Amino acid sequence: MSANIVYAILVTSLATFLSRFLGAVTSEGIKETSKLFKWFNCLAYATLAALIARTIIFPAGVLMDASYSSRLVVVLLSVFVFFISKKNFVYPTIFSAICMTVVNNYI
Amino acid sequence: MVSKKYYFKGYRSILTHDSPAIALTCCFIAIGALFKNLGFNIQESIFSTVLTYALPGSLVMAESMLIGASLLNIFLAVWFVNARLYPMAVSLFPLMMHKSQPKWKYYFSCHFIAVSAWLIMKSNYKKIPKEHRIDYWIGIGSATVSVSVIGTFIGFSFSEYLNKDMMMGLAILNPVYFLCMMVGAAKTIQITLSVVLGLILGPIIYLLSPEWSILLAGIIGGTIAYLLGEYNVS
Repeated sequence: MSANIVYAILVTSLATFLSRFLGAVTSEGIKETSKLFKWFNCLAYATLAALIARTIIFPAGVLMDASYSSRLVVVLLSVFVFFISKKNFVYPTIFSAICMTVVNNYI
Repeated sequence: MVSKKYYFKGYRSILTHDSPAIALTCCFIAIGALFKNLGFNIQESIFSTVLTYALPGSLVMAESMLIGASLLNIFLAVWFVNARLYPMAVSLFPLMMHKSQPKWKYYFSCHFIAVSAWLIMKSNYKKIPKEHRIDYWIGIGSATVSVSVIGTFIGFSFSEYLNKDMMMGLAILNPVYFLCMMVGAAKTIQITLSVVLGLILGPIIYLLSPEWSILLAGIIGGTIAYLLGEYNVS
């Protein structure tokens, strides 16, 4: 293995584990019925939603090559499929991949 | 030790009809292909998936390496992006804490905190006795990591057959799957507001501060949602 790549992987995993470990240690004194727990629950959902929105609107990697409107159309159509498929997670997910390819090539 | 019954129950949770396995595998296929293009070998790619096990963090590492960033820069960039794991851990571990369980299980299994495993646990924890939730969680985590490793291996092995359109299709799967899971999980006023505010504030704050956008949007959106929910209850 190349030393640079191994160091980069180790640094990345350390930076990732740090947040997880601190979270596990901190949560020892928190009861699931407490207001603090409820607040952290809201923070977690809001943070995840922000991450998803950022991934769609300001993506990194290969999604940057798809236009903003095509990404938005695919996501909205996929959410529509989610609701008409009685909240099944698999159909909209597969639909989004196919739709992305079609929209990006033909529309 | 870990209860086999609940461990395998957790492991099997990714085999359900609405499992995240397909989305997770597809996302890590894209990551595997990306690693190969970056010059990683198969061992390094799998090593990275197992040790990091967080998609945004892996993407940031890849981007940072492309521009020749220093190790300190990589550490800080990944830490900012993955800081979301802190509130996720704090909002999950109190549900699994039990006096009869040793602490090492919690410290070890915090590595499994990631969106898919977290959402599966949040949806199912009420069905599991509190004493055994940690074993169930370790099962979920092992299953999602296994799926990620398989995805990375497939992506690495077949990267030359994946064209740009296919990579785009794989890349959009992840946010769509998570968005659907979040919408499905929004059953209370507080969670619904948290999701809506996070979706709105994330991109807006990104325009002002890209590095801090996720954390700030989470703190502001989550706090407003919490306060409005509490006000509504009272």
